Amino acid sequence: MITFEGVTKRYGDGTVAVDNLSLRVPTGAVTVFVGPSGCGKTTSLRMINRMIEASSGRILLDGRDVREIDPPTLRRGIGYVIQQAGLFPHRKIVDNVATVPYLLGWDKKKARARAMELLERVGLDTKLAGRYPFQLSGGQQQRVGVARALAADPPVLLMDEPFSAVDPVVRTSLQDELLRLQAELHKTIVFVTHDIDEAIKLGDTVAVLRVGGRLAQIADPATLLSRPEDDFVEGFLGRDRGIRRLSFVPASGVAVRSEPHVPGWNVVLDGDGRPLGWRPDDAATPSGAPVNRTGSRDGSAPAPDGVLPFGAFDPAKDSLRAALDAALLAPSGCAIAVDGAGRFQGIVTREALDRALLQAGGAEPARPAGSGSSTPREVGDEAGNSGSGVSDRSSATGGSDGPSSSRGPGGDGAAAHG
Amino acid sequence: MNWLIDFFGDPANWSGPDGIPVRLLEHVEFSAVALLLSMLVAIPLGLLIGHTGRGAVLVVIAANAARALPTLGLVVLIVLLVGVGTTWPVLVPLVALAVPPILVNTYEGVRGVDEDLRDAAYGMGLRGGQVLFRVQVPVAMPLILLGLRIAAIQVVATATVAAYVGLGGLGRYIIDGLATKDFPSTIGGAVLVALLALAVQLCFTLLQRVLVSPGVSRRTRLR
Repeated sequence: MITFEGVTKRYGDGTVAVDNLSLRVPTGAVTVFVGPSGCGKTTSLRMINRMIEASSGRILLDGRDVREIDPPTLRRGIGYVIQQAGLFPHRKIVDNVATVPYLLGWDKKKARARAMELLERVGLDTKLAGRYPFQLSGGQQQRVGVARALAADPPVLLMDEPFSAVDPVVRTSLQDELLRLQAELHKTIVFVTHDIDEAIKLGDTVAVLRVGGRLAQIADPATLLSRPEDDFVEGFLGRDRGIRRLSFVPASGVAVRSEPHVPGWNVVLDGDGRPLGWRPDDAATPSGAPVNRTGSRDGSAPAPDGVLPFGAFDPAKDSLRAALDAALLAPSGCAIAVDGAGRFQGIVTREALDRALLQAGGAEPARPAGSGSSTPREVGDEAGNSGSGVSDRSSATGGSDGPSSSRGPGGDGAAAHG
Repeated sequence: MNWLIDFFGDPANWSGPDGIPVRLLEHVEFSAVALLLSMLVAIPLGLLIGHTGRGAVLVVIAANAARALPTLGLVVLIVLLVGVGTTWPVLVPLVALAVPPILVNTYEGVRGVDEDLRDAAYGMGLRGGQVLFRVQVPVAMPLILLGLRIAAIQVVATATVAAYVGLGGLGRYIIDGLATKDFPSTIGGAVLVALLALAVQLCFTLLQRVLVSPGVSRRTRLR
């Protein structure tokens, strides 16, 4: 656990970068510092490993004031990832990753073996180990940066806008990779970003800072979205808070009908029971061989003639947002529920979605297991203070819901029929 | 051309204390000693100033002084002050000539290392000296070598002035040749100095290959 106790950073010219910041960074979870430029988020991060010294207040690392620890020793115990990766250009990738193990005096063979293991862990081909940083793409360099930070297995990881210099597609994959790693490693991560979407995606806790270095709000992402403390936080969160918050509501509570048709529309399945799309009732049944193509879940794969696109979601894993999105993609207005293997489970009608949305609107959201994160999270932490529907813990983690499942985030009686 | 043939064809020029091998050796010796002394002064200073950022004014002064320095005048002055006969007076202007390029390039090289890189190095837990020698110096190596190369070539070229004050080296051929109107000797000496300078250049190119990481010079093939 990292604790900020009234931490202030004031520069010689009187500028206050961080103003009396007090917060806790829980062990084994991702805490994101987010805010506009000039809000002191990076300064706050850098005070943890003493790259910047606090003017007043204390920062405790597992109860120990960081100022009692000699900076290099402190830093060797804390992984540090920066924006441009900051790889040493004159060293091969493997030696870059092994930087801290070398500093700690590991023997070369052990350090290199560890480095190779980490390269694999962050999803890099170990063939890259013998290359130099300039031979890698930005995204690859950033992965190496993460591997390097993890090399000596530090319990704490500081990440200073690590993904903001790569293109959006690479950024998304790096974010997913980080969440996957975190699910395995359970590091205490402090992550700085100016991107609120990144904060919401990655954070177990999000601390919003305002210009002048004051804490505006600290909360889990769902609470942040549903109850921003003031206009600044609300403005910073941006538009579509309601819809984005649905990412944190599991779709497991939505009522699913097992019949593959609704009035006017039929679901076309392939030989493995995977949906291919919707066909209107009046369309002719295609002649010829049975359709046997693998449709992708978002319906982007070419569908047979006369079959219209569809949207699908997995009630066991996906959020209500995914379910709503799936419904909006289909001409029938209904979402298709699939199981983990992508096989048809049932149909979710607009009415069923409406009921689930209504429940979600009042309830404190619980975080579904697969809403972009595989990190186990404390579900329903904050339930009970909203007064309305208290989320049922099992709703978030409840596994394979049958086609007629009716458990909802709002508890009993959410939707029992199709 | 004939003068060159005269000079290099004369067997008397290839042996004895006046012969080309001896003179060449003397020349290389002066130059090497001067360069080593300059390195001893300029490299630590350049590293220190580049690493700490303190004392940059010194570098600016050195850089400007280098342009204004009258080498020959300095040699004569020193000789007048200490008398003829020893080697070291001639080293003073050579060192004074070689220090600025080494100092300036070492400083620039170290100071110019990417801020992010330094930040990452400290953030990983490297200490100041480790940041300097494990990160800044390797990355600055091409510039440091460039400074040394410039200095070495200037020293080799300028060491001819040693002959003015009665010392050996390839300058003897030039100065004596001029004095006795022995133009083949003058031209031959000049050509030898030029060849030596080229040889120095070549040495540094090879040194660069060995000392600069392929990751910095970016001259490695993808594997």
